[in-house]
Amino acid sequence: MLLDPRGPRFAAAVTTVVLVLVLILTSGWLALAQAAVFAVTAANPRFGPYGILYRTLVAPRLSRPTELEPAEPVRFAQLVGFAFTAVATVGFLTGVTALGLVAAAFALIAAFLSAAFGLCLGCEAYLVLRRLTGRPLPARRVPAATR
Amino acid sequence: MSPAGGALVALLALLAAALTGLYRRRRDGRVLPSGRASADAAPSQQSQALVALGVSPGRTTLVQFSSAFCAPCRVARRVCADVAAAMDVAHLEVDAESHLDEVRRLGIWRTPTVLVVDPAGRVTHRVTGPPARAELLAAIA
Repeated sequence: MLLDPRGPRFAAAVTTVVLVLVLILTSGWLALAQAAVFAVTAANPRFGPYGILYRTLVAPRLSRPTELEPAEPVRFAQLVGFAFTAVATVGFLTGVTALGLVAAAFALIAAFLSAAFGLCLGCEAYLVLRRLTGRPLPARRVPAATR
Repeated sequence: MSPAGGALVALLALLAAALTGLYRRRRDGRVLPSGRASADAAPSQQSQALVALGVSPGRTTLVQFSSAFCAPCRVARRVCADVAAAMDVAHLEVDAESHLDEVRRLGIWRTPTVLVVDPAGRVTHRVTGPPARAELLAAIA
């Protein structure tokens, strides 16, 4: 699956705003809503709420994308985002506010880097994690579709 | 926690992210002479790792490390393929995840990372992020 790369950038910008609000309001329910958005988008980027917003409101006003990008990195990034906002949700809703703040702050850093610079922190952490923990795999894992 | 506390955390997070992003923007894609950057292993170990990855001696090779969850790898692939065609050098793309031993020995931490390997099998330059085309051309020439 290939995506218009401006879609995920737009989604990251919306996510950035939502996460700033989560931190200011220390709202577990808003964090939960954002976690749900991450979960849906990770499951299928086509059904991501912010992506739908992009396609209906923003994309029609833009020119056609000059370049498409693979969906796999985007999905993985959403999964990482989900993990952090899920922890933030638990933190805020159980009264462990410090945990909520730290987890939401990390999610905000990743979302802002993605929105403003197009950097995917979770994607980079993936190789670092594999390098530190994993054994070599025999099979080639770069999907043929991205070549 | 008052709203001001949460706002402060948000502000610090955005500041940290902005500094990281600006630093990355300066560094990414720069074609840097290898030396200090490849201090992870002795040169002979590096050569062995390169041979294990399928780099054939006698020809300059662009060795590109990619991974499944890597959007900029696509851009890096195109730049390397173009430069390889223009300069008549080899371009070898490696899945970092399935070659973790070599990844460790060559000091690869991020994808895409591109190594310029000279015909003698030595790493002469290293790029993290999609390479700047002009710098890559200059490094090979």
